[in-house]
Amino acid sequence: MYLFRGGMAGEQAANVPQDHMQKWMKWMESLAEKGIMVGGEPLVPTGKQVNGSKKVVTDGPFIEAKELVGGYLIVNAKDINDAVEISKGCPIFEVDGKLEVRPIQKMEM
Amino acid sequence: MSDQQNVYKTVDHLFRHESGKMVSVLTRIFGFSNIEQAEDIVQDTLLKALEIWKWGKIPDNPQAWLYKAAKNKAIDIIRREKLKYKIENEIAVLLHSEYSLAPKVNEMFTDGEIKDSQLRMMFACCHSSISQEAQITLMLKTLCGLSVKEISSAFLTNEETISKRLYRTKVKIREEKIPIDYPGAGVMPQRIDAVLKTLYLLFNEGYNSSHPEKLIREDLCEEAMRLAIMLSENFKTNLPQTNALLALMCFQVSRFGSRLDDKGMIILLKDQDRKTWNKFLIQKGNEYMTHASSGDSYHDFHIEAGIASIHANAAAYDQTNWQIILGLYDSLFIRTNNPLVALNRCLVLAELEGPSIAIEELLKMNGLSENCHYHASLGEMYFRSGEKTEAKKYFLKALDLTTSNAEADLIRRKLSLLES
Repeated sequence: MYLFRGGMAGEQAANVPQDHMQKWMKWMESLAEKGIMVGGEPLVPTGKQVNGSKKVVTDGPFIEAKELVGGYLIVNAKDINDAVEISKGCPIFEVDGKLEVRPIQKMEM
Repeated sequence: MSDQQNVYKTVDHLFRHESGKMVSVLTRIFGFSNIEQAEDIVQDTLLKALEIWKWGKIPDNPQAWLYKAAKNKAIDIIRREKLKYKIENEIAVLLHSEYSLAPKVNEMFTDGEIKDSQLRMMFACCHSSISQEAQITLMLKTLCGLSVKEISSAFLTNEETISKRLYRTKVKIREEKIPIDYPGAGVMPQRIDAVLKTLYLLFNEGYNSSHPEKLIREDLCEEAMRLAIMLSENFKTNLPQTNALLALMCFQVSRFGSRLDDKGMIILLKDQDRKTWNKFLIQKGNEYMTHASSGDSYHDFHIEAGIASIHANAAAYDQTNWQIILGLYDSLFIRTNNPLVALNRCLVLAELEGPSIAIEELLKMNGLSENCHYHASLGEMYFRSGEKTEAKKYFLKALDLTTSNAEADLIRRKLSLLES
């Protein structure tokens, strides 16, 4: 799974320039074509946080824009190195964003 | 014209063409199995437009308005997973992510992609597991935007028959999992022949005078030509046979206006005023003919277009080169073994060698005993040889068999000539 942080990922969709959106679209299309893309969603920058055993609800997350998770994408990769290679085509790097590559844990029965 | 009438008129014309485009695009997005939902969305969109526009406010760009409404409905259905059958095409994964759903649907509604969807739809409708009759019906419904009522009227049948036929075809589409896609390069020639054949049947349905009503017929010819032109505009489908069919259609339609007089009576080729033939279409036909000759193989359409071309380009009836036409009919008959070709060949033979040889040949033919043109032709040949009793017998039989008012009038005129 790719977690997108910073770049334009934390912006409202309406504030992202058209040509940047198109680059994302192209990248995803190329992943889809090769059967790499499994799914994923962009996230709205703000929401709510439900905290701890008392389930206290607060607004948030209030963290720096460059640390904010702006979305995720699940891909099919041979291993983590393959996943890292694939991620290098992501347009997030053009706007100085970060991408976290995290393998999905398979739970034991 | 009142504002409301104006709206209905604009909308009627716009709707037919836009509905064909939107159904093709939505079916390509949803998959062929979901064609009914694609049709529903289009139907809803058009109804909504009519509802809003009938108060006199047609938007400046009605097409964009329709597309926007259709796109929104499509996106909504995908988001809420309301499709009856799962999307299984190559863009399915993009449609199931918010990253790409709206941009992808948007992209599918751009000019190039719309044309692409229409071409894919043509191939899908003409898939070999769908019967010829059903292929035409499905094309008229989905690509041409004709209503069940209009189709049933074109086929001289009732709405229930057409509805049932469409229903059965859709079941077939699902069971056979027919994709909405271009055929691969290897099977393209066969697949395009199937499409062209269906377009030609559609064209003939309009061109031949079997229908009592004139308007719907011209529509059918126009639709068939429109789809054929689309095929000629795409490099994958712009094959010699595509151009041959288009040439044939152009030559035929160039005479459209000369075939009937102002009372709706048929004027035979011999008596048509060649000055009224459409020069532009003949010119177009000649151009397509040139493109058609680019390959090394030839198709039935090449021969038929060749025949039509000689007629269209002859300065006068008695300057027609019947010898070449006879040769073309000979090769067409060898290829098709079609009795109607043999029938037409006999008429050419009569021009070259007189009616008695034609009669001899006609009487030897099988398989046309229920065909009105067969009997009318025999009547005409006997008429020309002065054998009035025989002529009358065949004309009466032809009169009995025709479904067209114009044809019946023509035969009655012949019969009255016999009496005088």
